[in-house]
Amino acid sequence: MSRPDPAETFRQEARDLLEALEQALLDLSEDHGDRELVDTAFRALHTLKGSGSMSGFDEVAAFVHDFETAFDRVRKGLAPISDALVRIALNAKDHVQLLIAEPGVHAAAGMPILAALHALVAENGVAAPPPGDAAMARPAKTVAEDGSASGWRVRFRLPGDAMAMGTNPLLLLEELRDLGPCEIVADDEAVPPLDDFDPLVIYLGWDVTLRADVPREAIEDVFLFLRDAMELSIDPLADERAEAGSDGADEPADVPVERAAPIKAAAASASKSGGASLRVAAERLDELMDCVGELVIAQARLSQIAGHSQDVGLSSVAEDIERLAATLRDTTMSVRMVPIGSLFGRFRRLVHDLADDLGKEVQFVTMGEETELDKTMVERLADPLVHIIRNAIDHGMEKPDKRLADGKSTCGTVRLTAVHSGAEVAISVSDDGAGLNAQRIRAKAEEAGLITPEARLSDHELFQYIFHPGFSTAQEITSISGRGVGMDVVKRAIEGLRGTIELTSKAGEGTKATLRLPLTLAIVEGMLVRVGDGRYAIPLSAVEECLELPASEVAGTSGRNFLDVRGTLVPYLRLREMFGTDAPPDLHQKVVIVGSGDLRVGLVVDQIIGNAQTVIKSLSRLHAGIGTFSGATILGDGEVALILDVAQLVSSAEQQQRRVSGRNLGIAA
Amino acid sequence: MTETLLETEAVLRGASRPALTFALQGEIFAIDADTVREILDMPAITRVPNAPAFANGLINVRGRVVPLADLRVTFAMDRPEPDADTRIIVIETLLDGEENILGIVADKVLDVCDLEDVAIEDAPQVGMRWHPEFLLGIGRYAGDFVILPNIGQIFADHLNSLNRETN
Repeated sequence: MSRPDPAETFRQEARDLLEALEQALLDLSEDHGDRELVDTAFRALHTLKGSGSMSGFDEVAAFVHDFETAFDRVRKGLAPISDALVRIALNAKDHVQLLIAEPGVHAAAGMPILAALHALVAENGVAAPPPGDAAMARPAKTVAEDGSASGWRVRFRLPGDAMAMGTNPLLLLEELRDLGPCEIVADDEAVPPLDDFDPLVIYLGWDVTLRADVPREAIEDVFLFLRDAMELSIDPLADERAEAGSDGADEPADVPVERAAPIKAAAASASKSGGASLRVAAERLDELMDCVGELVIAQARLSQIAGHSQDVGLSSVAEDIERLAATLRDTTMSVRMVPIGSLFGRFRRLVHDLADDLGKEVQFVTMGEETELDKTMVERLADPLVHIIRNAIDHGMEKPDKRLADGKSTCGTVRLTAVHSGAEVAISVSDDGAGLNAQRIRAKAEEAGLITPEARLSDHELFQYIFHPGFSTAQEITSISGRGVGMDVVKRAIEGLRGTIELTSKAGEGTKATLRLPLTLAIVEGMLVRVGDGRYAIPLSAVEECLELPASEVAGTSGRNFLDVRGTLVPYLRLREMFGTDAPPDLHQKVVIVGSGDLRVGLVVDQIIGNAQTVIKSLSRLHAGIGTFSGATILGDGEVALILDVAQLVSSAEQQQRRVSGRNLGIAA
Repeated sequence: MTETLLETEAVLRGASRPALTFALQGEIFAIDADTVREILDMPAITRVPNAPAFANGLINVRGRVVPLADLRVTFAMDRPEPDADTRIIVIETLLDGEENILGIVADKVLDVCDLEDVAIEDAPQVGMRWHPEFLLGIGRYAGDFVILPNIGQIFADHLNSLNRETN
């Protein structure tokens, strides 16, 4: 095991801090008055600065320092929180992210952001320190308006182990001195006799008289990292108290306690969660899952061998292993489950920025954040969901004046929900915007030659054309969407996750996109079938029923591949033909009816072997393009079987059906 | 990609590493032995319907699903049924920058030799049945010609032709 890389540790820490910062900023944009949030944001910045300079990210530390200085004025109530401020603060946060990701590349880009930030916080007339000059940016130079006095008496005593923890009292005193002229007196009362003296412990306390007109917070900030454990008292100098005014007079005594409270609470919750959970590198989980997958395969082989053997001892061991493998598999899968809320959080920012850019008012509501999904799934859902949410806001949502004219509230709502339903998770994105325009989609589809003007299609069928490659109905192309890449990519991505996507829409009332996804990508119950001399797995969740191929269909009259299943016509595909197998066909061929979305298709196979738990292995690049297969799996006897891609088969059957019906129409006309 | 090819070439030409030699339809081929993971007896092969003949099989290599490639297709050779000498050489190679494990069919695995002893010449541009791009060169070893196939280029070419088909 290698030693942890400090830069990597910082990056991880920064990721969490920046996320906390972003959430706090976004919350602030909804509630401008919440001081708690301002403090949260400030703490995140402060920690970021500290760890940044400690880990050698000097650019980050310098930038965050200026960011923090500006934000400090907000914290002190000197500058109001506004949407503009939140927007720029978010930009600044993004910039920090860039600085961390690619040190040395983006330094210059930060200046305009800082300038804008400082201009904003300086709006109420007080000159802000110029950005980029750390020395000038000290709060000491800003004019304090309340909670300050012309001098302070600061008495502090550090925790005994402070030096062991890396605190240097000299630096603290130095920082105090930076605030203004100081008289420092050491308090040596607690120094023990030499025999009891422990050279690693601090016995000294300090009594500092600071003659400077600085706010109390400036002093507290010096001790920001230590305040929980140390003794600290900050009192206005007695002779100046009267002049300090009534607002400063009654506050000082209780403020330290009060201000320390949120930090303590945060620390407590952090340590609590630290005790109950553990951070694990994602690759290790992947490795574990791979191993479990192989174990499941090996166990299946063992069970098969035990089944053929008369040895009682062997079969009892095989049963034990089977039980253990199942438990291990379930536990491993549950370890990989993460709440989808982590993903939802990211979209708040997206919605906020988009609404801003487009001049729309959008409220973002999320539900079911606690819904758990396999981590790979959550990662791979991010891009498709971004597309869908963008579409909802860019295309779906109307401008406030238009909404008002339609009798809606000016502020639209985009709702993102996740719920478990059986072995699936349903994620839906709905908006209360204008809805899909069926006419326009139709016109566009006709223009693209996808449908004929005579074709009669329901709105629901028309909506499906949105998923067609290169199809976009946005009248003007924006930077956000409307280039016609999007929904087809989304559809493919979702199908790649073995999920489905469905669109419903009502004109004037909004659009809803629903994704249905399996809980995990790694293991799937499959139905094993034989076609010729090859064995294939069909995901069991897609199988609706199995029938015998009627004798009338066996001969294979081409052009009419339909079955009558209790009054419904179901198209079918002869897998023997599709796979070009030479082996002689079975006398009694079977049809496996599979469904994808609303469509059903029959797959004609030679034999249905049975159910098998399959560990999905993705196909290499050499075979990924073939399309009919979504992956491969290893069977109990060690052979490889391909897994059929039901969505792909259904759509190819659909095309075949359309060709046939098109031909029939041609004959009729 | 190019970089890796150059590396492979350098390795073979620099001739500091051993090479694995094997036979395909009477010709002797040599590949960098360091890329070889293992050599297997003929396992059960799962055919991938509608895949080009060059790579239309899958095998199970210790719990991994590994595609099987047949260089005899690339070099336009006959493909008789496997016999007692047929082996699968499992190699590691980069496909589009991704590490991949592949199986290669060999009619017979011969030897591990040091290519230092092999005089390598550039593949002649004329008088050859084979695409010169698919060769790193031709060498002589123990009185025979040895063909050094450019595995990376062969697979890259195959992937390109797949992409062309899908487009």
